[in-house]
Amino acid sequence: MGLTSQSTGAGVLESELKINRLNQSDKLIALAGNPNVGKSTVFNSLTGMNQHTGNWPGKTVTNAQGRYRHKDKDFSLMDLPGTYSLSANSVEEEIARDFICFGNPDATVIVTDATCLERNLFLVLHTLEITDRIVLCVNLLDEAKRKKIHIDLEELSRQLGIPVIGTSARSGKGLDELMDAVYKAAEAAKVPSTDEKKLQEPLKVRYDDEIEQAIAVLEPYVSGILKDHLDSRWVSLKLIDGDDSLLNSLQKYLDFDLLSDPVLTQKLEESKSLLNDAGLDPEQFRDKVAAKIVSYAEKICSKAVTIESNSYHDMDRKIDRILTSKTFGIPIMIGLLGLVFWITITGANYPSQMLASFLFDIQDHLTAFFTQLGTPPWVHGILVLGVYRTLAWVISVMLPPMAIFFPLFTLLEDLGYLPRVAFNLDNFFKKSCAHGKQALTMCMGFGCNAAGIIGCRIINSPRERLIAMITNNFVPCNGRFPTLIAIITMFFAGVFTGPAKSVVSAALLTAVIVLGVIMTLIISKILSKTILKGLPSSFALELPPYRMPQIGKVIVRSVFDRTLFVLGRAVVVAAPVGLVIWLLANIYVGDVSLLTQCAMFLDPFARLIGLDGYILMAFILGFPANEIVVPIIIMSYMAAGSMLEMDSLSQLRELLLSHDWTWLTAVCVMLFSLMHWPCGTTCLTIRKESQSWKWTLAAFLIPTVTGITVCFIVANTARLLGLV
Amino acid sequence: MDQYIPLNDLPIGRKARVKLLSPGSESRRRLLDLGLVSDTEVEALQKSPSGDPTAYQIRGTVIALRSEDAADIIVEAI
Repeated sequence: MGLTSQSTGAGVLESELKINRLNQSDKLIALAGNPNVGKSTVFNSLTGMNQHTGNWPGKTVTNAQGRYRHKDKDFSLMDLPGTYSLSANSVEEEIARDFICFGNPDATVIVTDATCLERNLFLVLHTLEITDRIVLCVNLLDEAKRKKIHIDLEELSRQLGIPVIGTSARSGKGLDELMDAVYKAAEAAKVPSTDEKKLQEPLKVRYDDEIEQAIAVLEPYVSGILKDHLDSRWVSLKLIDGDDSLLNSLQKYLDFDLLSDPVLTQKLEESKSLLNDAGLDPEQFRDKVAAKIVSYAEKICSKAVTIESNSYHDMDRKIDRILTSKTFGIPIMIGLLGLVFWITITGANYPSQMLASFLFDIQDHLTAFFTQLGTPPWVHGILVLGVYRTLAWVISVMLPPMAIFFPLFTLLEDLGYLPRVAFNLDNFFKKSCAHGKQALTMCMGFGCNAAGIIGCRIINSPRERLIAMITNNFVPCNGRFPTLIAIITMFFAGVFTGPAKSVVSAALLTAVIVLGVIMTLIISKILSKTILKGLPSSFALELPPYRMPQIGKVIVRSVFDRTLFVLGRAVVVAAPVGLVIWLLANIYVGDVSLLTQCAMFLDPFARLIGLDGYILMAFILGFPANEIVVPIIIMSYMAAGSMLEMDSLSQLRELLLSHDWTWLTAVCVMLFSLMHWPCGTTCLTIRKESQSWKWTLAAFLIPTVTGITVCFIVANTARLLGLV
Repeated sequence: MDQYIPLNDLPIGRKARVKLLSPGSESRRRLLDLGLVSDTEVEALQKSPSGDPTAYQIRGTVIALRSEDAADIIVEAI
């Protein structure tokens, strides 16, 4: 789900293509490759950066940049999004292509999957048309060995005319050699190869004669305009292909407006009519170009790759037949989700209580300390009752579930299960006229909705991408999970005891998530029929091989990279809000505190939708981060009257009950938590990704109106039926 | 055997050779990028729980395609 320190926090907003060295003297290296070839693992191993790698296509949606030192030089490494080609069918491909073309990297490393090298070579051959400075990294050699696929790296290097290094990045094998090769390639970039005759020339694809003739008409002239900026042969090919996005980028980065050049336009016409005379329409031209690249890849592989047995993916197929079977596919999916929640809830229960009693113990000491110091009561109020208590709550309630949920979810992700979820659910999305990959962006939303929004880049159709962005908020992020878990435990699972309790909690939480998915589908459908009219676009989803996750690494990564980061952000937001709340609750206008006044104002409306003024206020104040909604509710209640020691959920339950909470209030809070406006970071990310305030507003209003409507219906139906 | 069918009609477990990508289809470029050119061998592996999309083995990788998109690919069963 692409939750990195980059994509969970403010880094989310830094998603534009940045073409710069982290340090001017650094060598700039681009890291390209197909999705799911372990590119991010290579990146992490080289830079030591904890960017999370997931086993599904399209994980790196933002540009991660990192540095490493090898021998006497520093290198800036740019991790490009995983792409199958550079033909700019999608935002990701455009980013990758633009960086290689205009980012001026000293060398480009293309990471490939040894277990399906042939398909990976297309990208290599494409890239060789743009630049010679390529180092080929054949990754996942360990996996290939297991599958009895042998790769002759020397032969591959001879065929392609570029350095080829074999790696197993997960175990760190071959990385030193890779760094050596990159070092050399980057050096060679500085000194043109005139003085030092290269052993071999990098392979350039030669197309059929009629295409070569068409290129020959155009190339000399293009070359005259572009000088050394770009490979003129490749640009000519793209001009004939009618690649508008390249033209736009040429103008953007190099300020060349090729088509306004009358001579060029005329030459282009000449080329096209040559092709036309040869009986090639634009589609046939494209077919021929693609077929030629494929045939080169086939030929190279026939020499360099030996596959001992064709049954190497039988095991994967067997697993797929169970996990995506007609009968078991969807039940297994829901079951797994439930299981993850069950383990989370059961496992988090005890540590949560321990943390809480520990942290509130400290509060007592702090109080004693302040009393001894003789500070005015308001200092103690702001710092201890305001800031510290909010923090204590956020930590004790959020940390344990997150520290369990994230590693578990990461395990599923690393196994390669998430693409199967998209495969299972695609038909539902198709019926909603949306894209099956929306299931993947929803999974990303579990971690952080803002990351989910950026993840929507993996959806190519702008219409479907907007739908996915607007509905992403129906998946509760980690900021909302603790709220849901706490309420479920207090109000619904409380009547059960022993193991049944956590089973019921997990089942209820799963039901809430399933409801979120159903709402996503309904709203997607409504959007498709109204403001975002359209038919489903084409869909091609890769189901990568299952991979054994490295359990130790997963735990370390998800705890340090995700859990602590997300928690850190929550703390940063919660502390000032704790202060504000305490002030609001303790500044009186007349006899009534500001907080109560606000709450009273909101109360009539809030009651209509099954909440109360304080709760609605908490949701509004929780706009910066959803994590702090429950702490705000607690603080407002406590400030508004009965002071309690809040060190267990049962005491919390007492507090809520004393403020007239019923099971219906609990249900409505959960529903509203599931369906209300996206948090501040998410809204800004939507604005950034959609480039439109209008759609940001839509993404704000649609879940909000949905939530209000659903809560209204539920609350009033229950009241009418006399259930409360 | 000289039997041309759209890929979505290929029974599960059967193999076929790509003959033609229907002109004008939206997914053409993308399919070409995946190496789905003339004479590529594909195998229908399995359908998703609700019958669509279907997973195909294409050049050593597994790609799921919706029936509408698979219908644009004309194959010869082998």
